[in-house]
Parts: sequence; C-alpha cells; structure tokens
Amino acid sequence: MTDEAQFVAALTDPTRAVPAGLVSPRGTTDAKRFAVYRNNVHVSLTAALAARFPVTRMVVGDDFFAGMARLHVGQTKPTTPVLLHYGDSFADFIAGFPPASELPYLPDLARLEAAWSDSYNAADIGGLSPTGLAAMAPETLADLSLALAPAARLISSAYPVGSIWSAHQQVPFVPPKQSGTEHVLLTRPQADVRLTIIPPAAAALLRALADGLTLGAAADAVFATHPDFDPGSALVGLAGLGAFAAPQQELSR
Amino acid sequence: MNRLTTFALAASLTAALGGVAIAQDAMGGDAMAATEKCFGVALAGANDCAAGPGTTCAGTSTIDYQGNAWKAVPAGTCETMMLDGDRMGSLVALDRDLPMAS
Amino acid sequence: MSFPALPARPGLGLKPQHYAQIIADQPDLGFFEVHAENYMGEGGPPHRYLEAICENYPLSLHGVGLSIGGQGPLDRDHLERLRALNDRYQPASFSEHLAWSSHDEGYLNDLLPVPYTPQTLDRVVAHVDQVQQALGRPMLLENPSTYVLFAQSTIDEVDFLDAIATRTGCGLLLDVNNVMVSAVNHRLDPVAYIDRFPMHHVGEIHLAGYDETTDDAGDRLLIDAHGSRVRPDVFALYRHTIARTGPLPTLIEWDNDVPAFDVLMDEVRLVDAVLDAAPAQRLAS
Repeated sequence: MTDEAQFVAALTDPTRAVPAGLVSPRGTTDAKRFAVYRNNVHVSLTAALAARFPVTRMVVGDDFFAGMARLHVGQTKPTTPVLLHYGDSFADFIAGFPPASELPYLPDLARLEAAWSDSYNAADIGGLSPTGLAAMAPETLADLSLALAPAARLISSAYPVGSIWSAHQQVPFVPPKQSGTEHVLLTRPQADVRLTIIPPAAAALLRALADGLTLGAAADAVFATHPDFDPGSALVGLAGLGAFAAPQQELSR
Repeated sequence: MNRLTTFALAASLTAALGGVAIAQDAMGGDAMAATEKCFGVALAGANDCAAGPGTTCAGTSTIDYQGNAWKAVPAGTCETMMLDGDRMGSLVALDRDLPMAS
Repeated sequence: MSFPALPARPGLGLKPQHYAQIIADQPDLGFFEVHAENYMGEGGPPHRYLEAICENYPLSLHGVGLSIGGQGPLDRDHLERLRALNDRYQPASFSEHLAWSSHDEGYLNDLLPVPYTPQTLDRVVAHVDQVQQALGRPMLLENPSTYVLFAQSTIDEVDFLDAIATRTGCGLLLDVNNVMVSAVNHRLDPVAYIDRFPMHHVGEIHLAGYDETTDDAGDRLLIDAHGSRVRPDVFALYRHTIARTGPLPTLIEWDNDVPAFDVLMDEVRLVDAVLDAAPAQRLAS
C-alpha cells in the first residue's frame, strides 16, 4: 500500500527511495519516472518565485536565483493552492542565506517585489482623492482617522531599493546612482501599481496613520523628528497617489 | 503639547492643494496607454498557477542544489551596480534623508 | 444533466501577456479558459481584464488545486474560494482534475496520481458530490497524465472515470494529450482508450504538446509539458475522437514558454478544420 505520506516524503527528499508499489509497466521500480514528479514540484515552485521576484532574479542572475529559489522551495512549501502569496518568506530566507550576504540590499529588494505583487492583487476600493480631502470640514481634520488603501504598501530600506527596482524596468539596464535610505510607496492610483520614492517625513506620517493615530496626533509625531514637516503637501501628495482608502462617509455617499 | 492646531493643519492643507504635490514619481512619465489606464499593466507570467503541465526534463536532477555544495556567485546586474567607486552591496546604511521633491 | 455547456468550438487558455491584444482584436474563438487559482486575488488588473474578456466570450473555469483525488478531506477554504469565483463569473463550465496535490498543510503544485481501487473510487465520488453541492452546479473531471502505475490498482482508468460520472452526474473533460502521454508511458493503446471512453459524459476536450525523455530502461517516457504545439500523433488521435463524437468544445493548452498569440491562433485553425469536418451529430454511445 502506497499512501500519500510516503509519496510526499519521497517527493520532497531526493535521497529517499521511490515508494514501494509505484511501478513501470514492466512491474519494476523506476527512479526516472518518479523523478518527473519531483521535478514538476520543484521546478514549478521555483518558476513561481521567479515570476514574483523578477528584479531579484535579474540582480543575481538566472543560475544563482534558480539555486537560491530551489533551496527555499525545499524548505518552504506553499500552504494553499493560491500561489499569489507564495514567496512571502523568501526575503527572510535570502537574509539568512550566506552566499547572498555580499548583496545586503537583496532582502529588502525581495520585500519590495513581494509587496508589489500584493498591491497588484489587492482589492479595488475607492481611494481618498485630493479633491475629497479638500471637501472635508477643516475643523474635523485633526481628529480624522485615515486608513491606508488596500493596495498601499510602504517599504523603508537602508538601501536604495526603489531606485534599483526602477532601474530594472528599463531596457537597456542603467545602473542607478542613488545610495542610502529610501522609503518606497506602492499604490494603485488607477489600474496599475505605481512605485514612488517618498520623503522620510511623508513615510513617517503614513506609518503613524497606519498605526491608527488621528491625523493631528500623527502630524505631531512627525514634527517631533522632522521640524520642517509640511503636513498639507504630504497629505495631498499621498492622497494623489492613492495611498488612502476613502473614509466611511465618502463611501456611503 | 499639541503643536499642530486644527487651524494650522487646515491652513497647511489649503496651501498644498493649490501648490505642488510632494511625491516624486520614480518611474517618471505619465504616458500610459488607454488600456493600461483602464485595466493596468498585465503582469505576464506572474503568479501563474499552472499545475497540470509537467516541466521539461531538463531539471530532472535528483541531486539538485545541496546547501553544502553551493558554489554559485551572483552574476546578474549586481556586477554593474557600483556606487562611489564601491560595490553597492558593501554600502552600509547612510541614513541620509532624501531631499523633498519640488 | 447534459454536457457540454461550452460552444463546440476551439478555445484558448487565457494568458496575461495576451490580455491587451485579445481586447483590441477580438479574435474569433469559442471560449477562453483560465486557471481558477490565478484569479483568487481580491482585485487588480487580472480581474479587470477577465471581466472585460468575459463580456465577449464564454468562460471555462479550470481548477488546478482542489486535490479531489486526495486521501484527506477537501480544503473547505479553497472550496469556498471556488464557490465565490463561480458566483462572480458564472462560467459556462467548471472543471477539475482526477489527481491530488495537497497533503496535510503542504501544497505541492503538481497533479499527483491516484490509485484506482474501490476505496479510492468511493472517496473521489464523495469529493465530487461535495464540490457539486458546494458550487451548486455540475463539474467536469479531467483524466490525468501519469508517469507511474500503482501496483495496488484494480480498476481500469476508463472504468474508474465512467463510474465517477455515472455515480455523481458530473461530466468528463477528455484530455487527448493526457491519453497519449499515459498510453505511451504505460504501453497501452491510445486508440483503444478513446474507443472505450464514455463520450456521452464528455463536456470538453483538451489538447497540448508533450515533451519526451526516457525511463530507467531507456523506453520512451512522455511528459505532459504544455509548452509546444500539439504533436501530430495527438492531433491524429483527436481527429479519431471527433469523428466518433461530433464537434466538442476543444481547448489548446499552452502554459509554459507561452508563444505570441498568433501562434496560438494557428493551432486554433487546425482545430477548426477538424471540427468543421466532423459529423454534425454526435453518435450515440
């Protein structure tokens, strides 16, 4: 009797023998036949990672990526048939993968790519436009709670991962000149995902709002670390990019 | 102390609505085709659940990549990404604030 | 229940790289088919494109991850996602595979083989019943391509599929490439398989290209690769099938190394020629 558990164990561990009871038409155990299944699992999941992390792949090259992805696939199987989110832990894997350590920006770049596909597949919900912002009663602004749009993602990195990502969207590839910290905002102002490098104060405001602070409290918190902060222009800029979900009263109109 | 009064917040917003957006678009250009405006860019191959098709025989190795046998080095665009005469990978966080875009 | 619900014409698997061209050109096709799991994100461009394309073409929703042949219970969360997708798009057809792909908490992203015994038959029948009840509609079940046999199997694959269809009322999706792949791999006669197949249950046909390698003994081993044109021997088997059944909805599957849309339309024209030459009425079987 060959049950699933034996099949899976042999499928995921190439050093194991082919389970008894799986045979060729000659009635013999046939390693190359079983290897087709092993291959399908690992190659298809490696391909799923390659599809979700195309820039990471370009940065390290096809061979290095295939090997790195293959090791991750060996350790981490999907937990659902929906592969949209497969690779959520790939960035953490890269961070602990010694051969990639000479590229310290690589984990954050992978985080950005995972966030990009999350934004791409996020719910279509109407956002708060700058016009919507302008229509709000001034006396209500400080107590306002602004929720992030479902497609909004903020990645802050000590490395210029937004510039690296953007440079790889162009053909031919031109190496980016930026260095240092970048705050990268992903939004879907219209249909498509848009990547924007935003100023540190705007990123701090977004993070404070995402943590549930009211607009007044969030702006105060940003002032504490960024004395030159201009909340109005930050809000208008972020709203224009589609960073905020429409507030309840706007949705019910 | 609440440094930002309701009035100041409203005034700042009013000024900004008539002024410039702070966001700097890293992608540049807004010349999206009409289709992309309505539907977005179709991400070819991404997230494709395609169970059913088998894979070609090329990767039918039972040895695959064992961790202790790892000898590969990154060999993609990382080789060309140099900064300040140094490999970008060797840069430690500079923690430098980006200028506000105007 | 009568099958098919799709038009008896050629269809194509819908790929993101072809969305814009399809919307612009409106190619003459009977239907499009998508893998259900690729549209289980909450929103974004994939849904917008699919909605637009569904305004002009019938849709076939083809699941690849439900693990209907699995030992354990069906994944209720996944079944609920399938129900929601069926409700949203109201596809002309919903199909899945006689295979398993999940075990415990892990999903293996391949269609793994099922032994054919009275016990596994009861289990698959129960799972198909559960799916049809949850979705509130009949489904099609696809014959697999396999690379190994189970020594424990006691039921012939065609009889196994016929029994499932008869007991559950589901239809069958006949993948002619899978027939060729399995027949060559297990030294069976593909024409005999087709001639025994219960065609009155068939609601759709799949065609695809296979790859070829060898097994431990150096014998031919075909791989169901979906990465090339339909091979001539599979097309001949398809012609033989359609001569017996009359026109049936026929999908070209091309999932790996997806070519330009025009290459897919070349394959569609070959299918069209076979369907045009077919007897108008399907023969009683």
